[in-house]
Amino acid sequence: MKRAALLAMLLVAAAPAAAERLIASLSSPRVQITSIFNGVELVLFGTIEPEADTAPRKGAYDIVATVTGPRQTEVTRRKARVFGIWVNVESRTFVEVPSYLAVLATRPFDAIADEDTLRRQQIGLAHVLLPQQIGEDIADVVVDDQFRQAFLRLKEERRLYSESTDAITFLTPALFRGSIDIPAEAQIGTYDVDVKLFADGAMIAHTNSTFEIAKVGFERFIAGSAADHGLLYGIATAAMALMTGWFASVVFRRD
Amino acid sequence: MEIYLPIADLPVNVFLVLAMGLAVGFISGMFGIGGGFLMTPLLIFIGVSPAVAVATVSSHIAASSMSGALSYWRRRALDLALALMLLAGGIVGTIAGVWLFTLLRTVGQLDITIGVSYVLLLGSVGTMMVVDGVRAMLRERRGKPGQPRHPGSHTWIHGLPLKIRFKQSRIYVSAIPVVAIGFTMGFVGAIMGIGGGFLLVPMLIYLLRVPTNVVIGTSMVLTLITMASATILHAATNHLVDAVLALILMVGGVIGAQFGARSGQKMRSERLRLLLGVLVLAVGLRFAFDLVIKPDDLFSVRPLEGVE
Repeated sequence: MKRAALLAMLLVAAAPAAAERLIASLSSPRVQITSIFNGVELVLFGTIEPEADTAPRKGAYDIVATVTGPRQTEVTRRKARVFGIWVNVESRTFVEVPSYLAVLATRPFDAIADEDTLRRQQIGLAHVLLPQQIGEDIADVVVDDQFRQAFLRLKEERRLYSESTDAITFLTPALFRGSIDIPAEAQIGTYDVDVKLFADGAMIAHTNSTFEIAKVGFERFIAGSAADHGLLYGIATAAMALMTGWFASVVFRRD
Repeated sequence: MEIYLPIADLPVNVFLVLAMGLAVGFISGMFGIGGGFLMTPLLIFIGVSPAVAVATVSSHIAASSMSGALSYWRRRALDLALALMLLAGGIVGTIAGVWLFTLLRTVGQLDITIGVSYVLLLGSVGTMMVVDGVRAMLRERRGKPGQPRHPGSHTWIHGLPLKIRFKQSRIYVSAIPVVAIGFTMGFVGAIMGIGGGFLLVPMLIYLLRVPTNVVIGTSMVLTLITMASATILHAATNHLVDAVLALILMVGGVIGAQFGARSGQKMRSERLRLLLGVLVLAVGLRFAFDLVIKPDDLFSVRPLEGVE
């Protein structure tokens, strides 16, 4: 009896190691910013392959995908009234936080796993690590910190941070599909897509994928010239301004 | 029609930006001011980051003041000698302003300094111009002749040494107040991130008694030089000038400036000064409201400056 229990425990512990294989891919590995770019929707799709010798699970599978954009340091400021006028009185620096963050899932997070697991796996905006500069130290703060909440709210308003618990759907018991909404404001750079497979409240497999947002053609030429040949670019822009001004005064000349 | 801006990194409606350029260009051509204090907040409002907005607006102002200045030049309504002397003071003032700007930023009181100085400056200059304009119009209505320019209106400024004759402006004044006015404009402009034309115009009219139509042409030449250099400096140091945004703004701006300059020259100078006063006062009041009224959102998020 005791031995049987021990064996069962071992089996449970060993199960996550190689029971299922998770494969995920994106509709496009590269988002191109052209002059008509106005945001894009990427499709994430994947499949779960059970190992040949394991019995199929009774419980359903759940997928959580976290898309993380290039990191940057951002400052959140709070205004207050001082001598009758509203001024920024307090600020917090969020160090190296994602410029874009989307969490997609098949079901509400609390139905997928318990609070402890969600926190450990950083599932959802409430659990993602947002380190703040506090004096000399850098640390995340409690979830209901007003600066953290304001930061998340403002990012969500700009569609740069999002959380959707019905963005991923299963087409068949093993085949899933989800959509990643990229707003036009999203920064260029490399985006990581971290896909986690949950079953019976535990993470049993995960995989990574990346995509890149880059400027192409004319947009790339302008951005590149501005960055690499600043002086020349400035002179060209100033010359363009003078030409435009001169041209208008010739066209509209009446006397 | 939406177009993605390569430096500002966001899509904008071309017609909206064109209309903004047109409107600000019209005001700019009419009053001889750059219009940066109008355009920069407009661009920030449509989502352009403040740094890109300030850098790009300079090229828009350069274009519309070029177009306006040429039309004043044809009518001989500008004073090149006066413009160059003001410029000399302006350069020194800008250097001093940039120094104070950096100092205030390290102390962390830049936002409030800019906000309060906007309100104080625009409010006082605007009120002064409106009061003067209304007085002039009342005088006119009572049938008394307009009389701002006669020998009796000399002030202590006209008693200073180093006198120079400016032919186009028909004034004979000391170089000291001219350079000082240029300095003030450059200084305030650098701190507040604006060209300072709205300060220069009233100072030339009220302190040096330069005729209004010459003031506008002269102010445009000055704005043209400072803003063309600002464009090059911004591009070379911050790499934040968006040429695509600039071009759309410019096309609207130069057309607007042509019509503005034409309407400005048709208008009587008392009325023109009154209108400029109302405009300056209105913008001042708007900034005052921003400071006094409780904002919709007490929080704001911005990327840390200097980190790309």
